[in-house]
Amino acid sequence: MNENNLIEIRDLSIEFKLRSGTIRAVDHVSLDIPRGQVTALVGESGSGKSTLASAILNIVSAPGTIKNGSIFINGQDMLRYNANRLRQHRWADVSMVFQAAQNALNPVMRIGDQMIETVLAHQKMSKEEINKKASQLLDYVRLEPDRILKAYPHELSGGMKQRVMIAFSLLLDPQLVILDEPTTALDVITQDYIFDILLKVHKEMNITMLLLSHDISVVARVADRIGVMYAGKIVEVGETFEMFENAKHPYTAGLIQAAPSILDDVNDNRSIKGSSPNLLNLPPGCAFHPRCEFATDLCKQDEPRAISVDSGRISACHLNEKGEMLA
Amino acid sequence: MSSLLELRNISMIFEQKSGMLGKPTPISAMTDVQLSFEPGEILALVGESGCGKTTLGKVVTGLHKPSKGQLLFQGKDVWNMNKAEFSEYRQSVQLVQQDSYAALNPMRTIFQSLSDPILQHKFVRSRKEVYERVCELLNTVGLTPPEQYIEKYPHQMSGGQRQRVLLARAISLKPKLIVADEPVSMIDVSLRMAILRLMSTLNKNLGIAFIYITHDLATARYIAQHGRMAVMYLGKIVEQGSVHDVLAAPQHPYLQALLSAVPVPNPRIAKAKRELPLKSLDMPSITNPPSGCSFHPRCLYASQTCEQTAPSLMPSDKTIVSCHHVEKVPKWTIATVK
Repeated sequence: MNENNLIEIRDLSIEFKLRSGTIRAVDHVSLDIPRGQVTALVGESGSGKSTLASAILNIVSAPGTIKNGSIFINGQDMLRYNANRLRQHRWADVSMVFQAAQNALNPVMRIGDQMIETVLAHQKMSKEEINKKASQLLDYVRLEPDRILKAYPHELSGGMKQRVMIAFSLLLDPQLVILDEPTTALDVITQDYIFDILLKVHKEMNITMLLLSHDISVVARVADRIGVMYAGKIVEVGETFEMFENAKHPYTAGLIQAAPSILDDVNDNRSIKGSSPNLLNLPPGCAFHPRCEFATDLCKQDEPRAISVDSGRISACHLNEKGEMLA
Repeated sequence: MSSLLELRNISMIFEQKSGMLGKPTPISAMTDVQLSFEPGEILALVGESGCGKTTLGKVVTGLHKPSKGQLLFQGKDVWNMNKAEFSEYRQSVQLVQQDSYAALNPMRTIFQSLSDPILQHKFVRSRKEVYERVCELLNTVGLTPPEQYIEKYPHQMSGGQRQRVLLARAISLKPKLIVADEPVSMIDVSLRMAILRLMSTLNKNLGIAFIYITHDLATARYIAQHGRMAVMYLGKIVEQGSVHDVLAAPQHPYLQALLSAVPVPNPRIAKAKRELPLKSLDMPSITNPPSGCSFHPRCLYASQTCEQTAPSLMPSDKTIVSCHHVEKVPKWTIATVK
């Protein structure tokens, strides 16, 4: 285990048994989450990023099961934790800000009471202490603690609820916070300041983050490293600047080219052709080949392996194996 | 020659009931909106949630009857039309909604969903003609080969494909105007551009005017490259002009803040971003809007005038802007590359 990595995922596979067949939502994935950095996982819906993240808390929802692999946190495989240790791990080691913050809060309980309940489920602390801590955190995410602690969720706007969820995720001083599409369904101004707050939390509290998003524009601002997922596999990993300026995998290049912007020439952008594959009926060879403009006969038959193409840079594409680069 | 469609000082007031005995509170979702559309034009209507942009779309398509003002279609007041005229208006103005799954009947195939409107309005005469017409429509929206999609149910298609079906259904009645309300917000970013391109093509080839309602300034740019843009805030239009002029030199402080918040897919620019030019981050409640200019509590340039009197849309440079202090507001730029 590398000292610099907080989490190392090794050869993880997650399968869903359905009536119509078995889906491998996460397919032999290995990924490092370096300590003190923001790592982002990017991919279209159905690419497996949320399923992968749920494995880090061991909360893969039925009928999904973790088939094989390990997830090391500080050198220990958390998939082999007993029930007690797992409860410690959840929220205290790793916490998560879920996609729909609106639905993550209990509608009939005051925010303050929910915070007390959350802390008491994991450790002993007096209510006064918890209230003090909660107030500090709410203040930190630019909310008025006195008002929010007494409020019910319906009294808050979407942006406020999302900030409450961020405060929740920090209650037990976790080492890693997973953010699953934290700003989808929020307006751009709200999105912008939510990321301001998250970056502040990251820098000042030195918290490692894993951000899941389908929007590579959002990731550009926040992430230090990016992993790109396609059909349950990680197809490219690298530093943010390098990924944007010199994408090695055609899918990464496609995602960047498809992102609408207020700056570039409108004629330079285009969508990736086709749509995400059906996981029940994946194309042979490289799963991306039907949508790839560089696909050759080899891509239709043989699945490319993830290889190291540069320092800290991994890509799974036959083009890279031959030493060819994308223009 | 009258415009295709005109909104004359339209206000839309909803009443919110408070309890059984409480007096209902009026909520003004749209205030004094004045807009006109020429045939074949594209207008991007931009604003945050709750600004009244969807209400405007529903007023234009005749789903809400405006509380005040007039909606004119080809010079005639829509809410004073005879039956034949109203039917022509309904056919000429179509709506494409955000949630493509909810907008299609899950129990009916794509063929059934697409054949109903053309049969109803007698665009075809025989069974065979219906099939041919539906295939033609699917071809037009890029669902090729049509045979592959025609017998599918909505759940068997992806979001992008369903959105194309909605566009096919909208163009099937040969409309003059399509109101597209956030048509791409539920689709993956990687596929959005293709739907936007399709709408531009339909506009160019079939001469259909579009109102593209969105919260996303970046996508508005793509569909309405040569069109107009109107920016709404709390029920009012605050800036309006050609897309190029509005984005090249945004003048209203709200629009400037909105533009600064749009994520940029370039880490060198995105990571160097500055603070938003806003005093407060949260939008005021529409049930109790601020006095005077409704943007003043969040505005960096607000004065006493702004607290007392509401500004009106006035020409300034190349666009029209509703702000008392246009000349005081500095020129907008995105944070420069380090």
